[in-house]
Amino acid sequence: MKPAYDEMLDASGAVRPSYHGFAAWLESTAPEVIARKREEADLTFHRVGITFAVYGEEAGKERLIPFDIIPRIIPAAEWQRIEAGLRQRVKALNAFLDDIYHDQEILKAGRIPAQQVLGNSQYRAEMAGVTVPGGIYAHIAGVDLVRADHGDKCGEYYVLEDNLRTPSGVSYMLENRKMMMRLFPEIFARMAIAPVEHYPDLLLENLRSVAPEGVHNPNVVLLTPGQFNSAYFEHAFLAQQMGIELVEGNDLFVRDDTVFMRTTQGPQRVDVIYRRIDDDFLDPLAFRKDSVLGVPGLFNAYRAGRVTLANAIGTGIADDKAMYIHVPEMIRFYCGEEPILSNVPTWELAKPDDRKYVLEHLAELVVKEVHGSGGYGMLVGPTSSKAEIEAFRRKILAAPEGYIAQPTLALSTCPTYVDSGVAPRHLDLRPYVLSGRDISMVPGGLTRVALKQGSLVVNSSQGGGTKDTWVLEN
Amino acid sequence: MLSSTADHLYWLGRGTERAENTARMLDVTYRMSLLKQSVAEPHHEWRAMLSISGLHEDFEARYDEPSAANVMHFMALDEKNPGSIYNSLYTARENARAIRGAITSEMWEALNSTWLEMRRIQAAGIAEDGVSSFFEWVKERSHLSRGIAHGTLLRDDIFRFLRLGTFFERADNTARILDVKYHILLPSVDDIGGAADYYHWGALLRSVSAFESYRKVYRDLITPKRVAELLILRPDMPRSLMAAMNEVNRLLQEINGPRAGELLRRCGQLHGELRFGTIDDIFARGLHEYLSEFLERIYDLGDLINTTYFWTTDEWPAPLPAAALSFKMPSSSQLMA
Repeated sequence: MKPAYDEMLDASGAVRPSYHGFAAWLESTAPEVIARKREEADLTFHRVGITFAVYGEEAGKERLIPFDIIPRIIPAAEWQRIEAGLRQRVKALNAFLDDIYHDQEILKAGRIPAQQVLGNSQYRAEMAGVTVPGGIYAHIAGVDLVRADHGDKCGEYYVLEDNLRTPSGVSYMLENRKMMMRLFPEIFARMAIAPVEHYPDLLLENLRSVAPEGVHNPNVVLLTPGQFNSAYFEHAFLAQQMGIELVEGNDLFVRDDTVFMRTTQGPQRVDVIYRRIDDDFLDPLAFRKDSVLGVPGLFNAYRAGRVTLANAIGTGIADDKAMYIHVPEMIRFYCGEEPILSNVPTWELAKPDDRKYVLEHLAELVVKEVHGSGGYGMLVGPTSSKAEIEAFRRKILAAPEGYIAQPTLALSTCPTYVDSGVAPRHLDLRPYVLSGRDISMVPGGLTRVALKQGSLVVNSSQGGGTKDTWVLEN
Repeated sequence: MLSSTADHLYWLGRGTERAENTARMLDVTYRMSLLKQSVAEPHHEWRAMLSISGLHEDFEARYDEPSAANVMHFMALDEKNPGSIYNSLYTARENARAIRGAITSEMWEALNSTWLEMRRIQAAGIAEDGVSSFFEWVKERSHLSRGIAHGTLLRDDIFRFLRLGTFFERADNTARILDVKYHILLPSVDDIGGAADYYHWGALLRSVSAFESYRKVYRDLITPKRVAELLILRPDMPRSLMAAMNEVNRLLQEINGPRAGELLRRCGQLHGELRFGTIDDIFARGLHEYLSEFLERIYDLGDLINTTYFWTTDEWPAPLPAAALSFKMPSSSQLMA
């Protein structure tokens, strides 16, 4: 099998132009210096406590996400195209959400089967007719991109999935950059690398721009499930960076359809909630009754337009894997343009022809649960045993509509420090797209890397690491 | 500030201070127990200490006799005793963890490493010859965390709630230390100038780092009345009730808040009585009676701090007019400036 597209080296093994500056630096730096810098990075991450909790392991256990010092470098022109593609895609996704919760033009036009939307468990009927500020639903989108040689295309970017609920990981993007600048200031002095540190400013500005009508100096808070959540570090980090309060459900209460927070100076009105709690847990009166994380009455305040939730309730329908295949059509319908970024070719197991093909080719394909996320509940055919494939086949046959399948893309690789030295490892890229009055983003995003040789699963919960992402300015 | 943040800060301050004072109280009891062994009443000091800490029932249910080793284990290392040093440091660390963003990273790192070391000590146990150095260690960590707070925190309500917890706990603890020792030393009150006085009251003074101060202030024999005066009424003695209540009163005035009226009134009253009290009046009433009442009033003030600042929605029933939400009373220091 031909090796995957490598970000640093071309097919002949020569360094690509975007990596010339970095490669020259690497060449001129003694291995001991690099080894020492790597140790320093590890120690710093531990001391500062940039950790995440792993579900299913010993309670309260915290782990460090491995960080690799070789950056993923994206040339300026390449990023321009990615950015244009992301803007177009997120704009269409927001238009789609606004549409299906109001006039449902796209369904009336027959461009997407109505049953797939209205019959989907992710469609929130409670949101029908609810107007949200600016018609924006997905204020923060984390769009996962992969790069691969596929068919006749070489090093093409594909959208793997759109994360429109509570995408996480942006704190690692920021901490990785801070770490690289601390370890290797001389490279930053020499190369023109686009900054990302202003992300918290952009995020705060974005959240303020979607405050309820008539609120001029909105009070923005970040709502977290609490310190035992796996992403708590990120919640605390972002709140601190934005200078806003980090609140839990019991810090808030609703009176007369208005949300207040309990402060030492009495109740203070809350206008915008950047929530990192799933829809189901937001309001025990409206959704899951057993939720102790939420705020009773929040949904009524929201429906009355007295508070903005970011992201909105009900965005899960648009990043559902069953809806993924329709995103190119959404772009054509709402933007009147051809998609700039491609989807990965996808088979729907609900369709008999697709199902037949997939079941015959399980060993070559990646099969995902429609509602799954985080790398859980998926089958990667080429790296699975016969027994695993057969077990998965039985799961598919029991409920075929719950699955989609995609070709196993040879995700692009980047040289990475591993136990045996430096070796190519597979990557993806998650840029964070902010939508409010405008669409904004910082160049790049979070690069995740699968540290196990040959592995295509980059999720931190599955042994993935991260790298700094450099978008060149020239 | 969020009520929950203020709550965490307050208990962070109290936890650290309580650990320190428990170490001080154990230290003085330990020193005294080395001085006097009563055959008729063994473990007299330890028994008195447990009863005044209000933890004797829990102790009796789980330990057989109040020997030095048992009480010290119970008060220092026992994870089931909510008042142990182990649990006080745990309280401080967990409250800090919940508001890591509100305090400086230096402060968090110090509290976290104190807790990690405490866990190690608890697992290893304390050898008999390590008792004093353990108490020293607890005091040093408390000094360190207070020093970092003082040296790194912005002087806003975060700092004030943290300090409120510290001094509130100190007022409570100094009253308890004085009460427990007074209780033990009662038979010797009239035996002024005796050797027993020197050692026992001297040990008490040392437990609150006041031995040298006593000498400087009084330049005279150690007498129970002067010790009590020093630890109750002297504003320049940093661990006295007066000094602690000066801080509590000032902090509460600075924090203020729309519902703080009753809290300020009650605190000001207690503060004023200390400020204008005399040791003769206190002794005429009986020191034990005086300290018991002080502890009760401190306890009530604590309740009032709870409902004033760490309120739940049930405690704030009336819907507030929009104007009230944006209006903040100027603090008294602003008024006086």
